[in-house]
Amino acid sequence: MSNKLTVSLSPHIHGGDSVQKNMYGVLIALIPAFIVSLVFFGLGALIVTATSVAACVFFEWVITTLFLKKERSTIADGSAIITGVLLAFNLPSNLPIWIIVLGALFAIGVAKMSFGGLGNNPFNPALAGRVFLLLSFPVQMTTWPVVGQLTTYADATTGATPLALMKGIINGAPGASFDQLPDSISLLIGNNAGCIGEVSAIALILGLVYMLWRKIITWHIPISILGTVFIVAGVMHWANPSIYASPVVHLLTGGLLLGAIFMATDYVTSPMTSKGMIIYGVAIGFLTIMIRQFGAYPEGMSFAILIMNAFTPLINAYIKPKRFGEVAKKK
Amino acid sequence: MLKTFSRGGIHPKENKLSAHQSIKTLDVPKQATIMLSQHIGVPAKAIVKKGDEVKVGTKIAESAGFISAAIHSSVSGKVFRVDKVVDASGYPKDAIVINVDGDEWEETIDRSDELVKECTLSSDEIIQKIADSGIVGLGGACFPTQVKLTPPPSMKAECIIVNGVECEPYLTADHQLMLEHAEEIMVGVSILMKAAKVNKAFIGIENNKPDAIELMTKATASYAGIEIIPLKVRYPQGGEKQLIEAIIKKQVESGKLPITTGSIVQNVATVYAVYEAVQKNKPLFERLVTVTGKSVKSPSNLLVRIGTPIEQLIDAAGGLPEDTGKIVSGGPMMGKALTSTNIPTVKGTSGVLIFTQKESNRGPSQDCIRCSKCVSVCPMGLEPYLLAALAEHKEFERMEKECIMDCIECGSCQYTCPAYRPLLDYCRLGKAQVGGIIRGRQAK
Amino acid sequence: MNVIVIAVISLGVIAFILAVILYATSKKFAVYEDPRIGKVAEALPQANCGGCGFPGCSAFATACVNADSLDGLNCPPGGSKVMNNVASILGLDAEEKEPMVAVVRCNGTCDNRPTTNEYDGAKNCAIASSLYGGESDCSYGCLGFGDCVDVCKFDAIHINPKTRLPEVDEEKCTACNACVTACPHSIIELRKLGPRSRRIYVSCMNEDRGPVARKACEVSCIGCGICVKTCPFDAITIKNKLAYIDYNKCKLCRKCVDACPQNAIIEVNFPVRKPRVKKEDEKGAAVTKKKVATDANQTMKAEGSKVKKVDQPKTDQAKE
Repeated sequence: MSNKLTVSLSPHIHGGDSVQKNMYGVLIALIPAFIVSLVFFGLGALIVTATSVAACVFFEWVITTLFLKKERSTIADGSAIITGVLLAFNLPSNLPIWIIVLGALFAIGVAKMSFGGLGNNPFNPALAGRVFLLLSFPVQMTTWPVVGQLTTYADATTGATPLALMKGIINGAPGASFDQLPDSISLLIGNNAGCIGEVSAIALILGLVYMLWRKIITWHIPISILGTVFIVAGVMHWANPSIYASPVVHLLTGGLLLGAIFMATDYVTSPMTSKGMIIYGVAIGFLTIMIRQFGAYPEGMSFAILIMNAFTPLINAYIKPKRFGEVAKKK
Repeated sequence: MLKTFSRGGIHPKENKLSAHQSIKTLDVPKQATIMLSQHIGVPAKAIVKKGDEVKVGTKIAESAGFISAAIHSSVSGKVFRVDKVVDASGYPKDAIVINVDGDEWEETIDRSDELVKECTLSSDEIIQKIADSGIVGLGGACFPTQVKLTPPPSMKAECIIVNGVECEPYLTADHQLMLEHAEEIMVGVSILMKAAKVNKAFIGIENNKPDAIELMTKATASYAGIEIIPLKVRYPQGGEKQLIEAIIKKQVESGKLPITTGSIVQNVATVYAVYEAVQKNKPLFERLVTVTGKSVKSPSNLLVRIGTPIEQLIDAAGGLPEDTGKIVSGGPMMGKALTSTNIPTVKGTSGVLIFTQKESNRGPSQDCIRCSKCVSVCPMGLEPYLLAALAEHKEFERMEKECIMDCIECGSCQYTCPAYRPLLDYCRLGKAQVGGIIRGRQAK
Repeated sequence: MNVIVIAVISLGVIAFILAVILYATSKKFAVYEDPRIGKVAEALPQANCGGCGFPGCSAFATACVNADSLDGLNCPPGGSKVMNNVASILGLDAEEKEPMVAVVRCNGTCDNRPTTNEYDGAKNCAIASSLYGGESDCSYGCLGFGDCVDVCKFDAIHINPKTRLPEVDEEKCTACNACVTACPHSIIELRKLGPRSRRIYVSCMNEDRGPVARKACEVSCIGCGICVKTCPFDAITIKNKLAYIDYNKCKLCRKCVDACPQNAIIEVNFPVRKPRVKKEDEKGAAVTKKKVATDANQTMKAEGSKVKKVDQPKTDQAKE
């Protein structure tokens, strides 16, 4: 035998999982939502998504090769592409290109690379980018095109989203009523105004099923968020049905499903234990519904997730998995 | 619903390439190198010197402490020297090297194939005979069996659990043993039950060996108190703590011995060795070894004399393949990679695995992506990502608080990690350091 | 205008009141500290390396002030200069300590010690040593993954990429002992720096029998004992087939360096000597009987003393 033997410590086999497989799996899960966005928002959706992905990949490549002088850039692992897609899915389809690029710069440069790249960021980069844009460009970020305008981009006609309507009802805006909301079927398939990726409940749920089947994520975070929102919204609706929308409507509108399935389940910023994930999910659900019903903004999902991202290290430090053979504490 | 353990675990590809290969007896080697430390505890002390004539079964080293075991010659010939030889640990250790001449056995050994059912010895006599025959746990840990059968006075055994699980991929020796010697194993279990003074025994077998389950279940008909328990196929079902939990639903408390749950666990090969020792006066000097690998010409289950160089086993399985990258002694999850083929077999060698060049190298390691997959597969409920990071930064006190000493080094975490992080390497380092700190504290 | 005046006055009054409170509490709750501790601490190098055995420079300063004499108290990075300073502050005598330096007792370079297997795994000496003895047939030698480099706070030790052995920079080394404890094979030792930084040591840790050791590495110690017989000062002992030179007895006469058939004894910072003529080959040219080992710690340029045997081809065993 001409070659030297390789010597290493056990284990000597590997399951074959890799960072790339997980990232590209998430991308595949996002395909249904992307297709729906093309159907309802057409050219605008395509431009926004393409710009966001290209900008995120470009910035990550520039930072890793020119600033950090690493020998290989990290764009191959797919996480920059995912940040690009998720950022795009949180934006209206008529957002100007320069704003999208700024958002990508913040998401990759500030929220991800400045902390050390994948694995070291405390906040979800796509959400951080989205909130940065929301606070910096509130007008452009809160005017959504009406569905069906397939060939317009920046000059699309805009209209109200279901969440804006629901906020109006709570605040007692004149003329606002629940009859103006789209029906449940429209909400399910996505025939309503909103950010690119958040409109279609069915497409997002398909993505969730795919990721659960591929074992990319577990059920704990999405189910605990959606369950909490359902219960709290249900209680409030039962208490006062005239101003609080029904829990089903809450589940199907806004960025709740997108956030619960794709943003809150981000590996790096979510807790590491099942118990921790459930606590995290319940808190996010609770904060979301509170902001939606009582806060100034119509949508609370992004803020709720970012707030709970800050608590993740604390959850990881105190919530430990159940140890095998744990010695029962004697009183 | 098949029984199984409560948390974690993985299901690697089974690759039982040598399954159903009937046991072949390997030729006696030309020179046998018998290590003096083939068990946990104090290494045995040699009682022969250069030039002494020995026969197969002659005692050549005696037990040197409470936790120690005797060693018997596996060949007949003349002692060449008593010297340091590099063994599987990579460091030179004491060994007795014997130049082989013929194959003469000690007269006291009963070499017939007849099944001997009756055992008239008392419990203490059985334990003494097991000790005199140098029997140690053949599952890989090599714990001296007589010590396991004599629990401290405050603890009492209630049942014997026999480990017929063989959860590691590639290994098939235990499976073949159960298919070919089911009756002898039953007698062995009864002997152990008598020695431990219990009247219940469970034999755990994973569900991927249905023929063994069927055969062994039929064999239990004529033996009282023995039950076969089929188990779900999951790694590390063969781990002592996981096996106890699956079968009697009790968890061994952190830091305590398994005997605190009332069970004594023995590998099925050890049980067979006990039968041979007690009923046939045959001390432990040979064992079954699986030689396998994707590029091996004829994967086989061989009956090997202890001290045979690994080279001879590989030759019997068709020779060392051209593209060999790594040779592992044991299973792929917990086995030890060898530096050369001159390494001698010891009592704990359960398998020899040949990996091709392509299979031998780990992928490049990246930063932790905090996916928490390692946490979900850890059978002991630990957080490998955290323990590995702490070991890298030498924070050993905190590792102790995070229960690093509970780690059974099964490797499920490193197997699962998508970032190819060497989690178990660092956990082992931390365990060794924390073990040292704890011993230092207890010594004060 | 009024608003500005009121703002300035009110802020000024608040600041004054707070200043008074702070002054009063600092006086009332002051902790008395011996002023000498501060003075001694200032004289120390502030590296907080732990070489003195105390957790940090201020702890060492406290120990010095509270001790009756400075015996047993030493700051390795500061050396005698700092200890003399401390002694003069406290009015005590500093004990004379020989300067020490870390010495790497292995010369198993890529050329001398061929690799026989490839290690795959975390590049960490402690982890590799828990698996096996290393990538060569010598299980006592340097593993080359640099645990000693990671732990050195003074940037005094680095792995030479050509030889894969650590090299100590004797100007920067403070003999703080960190690398000694970090090495899992105990290869590094603190030895006397020596007059004019000259020292002699056996550069091998191999305890195997002669033939086994020689097969593993060309410059290993085979335990033949020639050096013991040669030393006129009884400074060398052989234990477990490995020679060791006691640095307190060694008078640096260099007789053992010449006598060692394996070139396992290294002399550091000595002037270059002409190669000795041992025999003549057929052509009548002078050749020496042995190769001079590459010395990882030679700080002087010694190109002229590296004589290679003419009739033995230099086998390049670096990488296959």
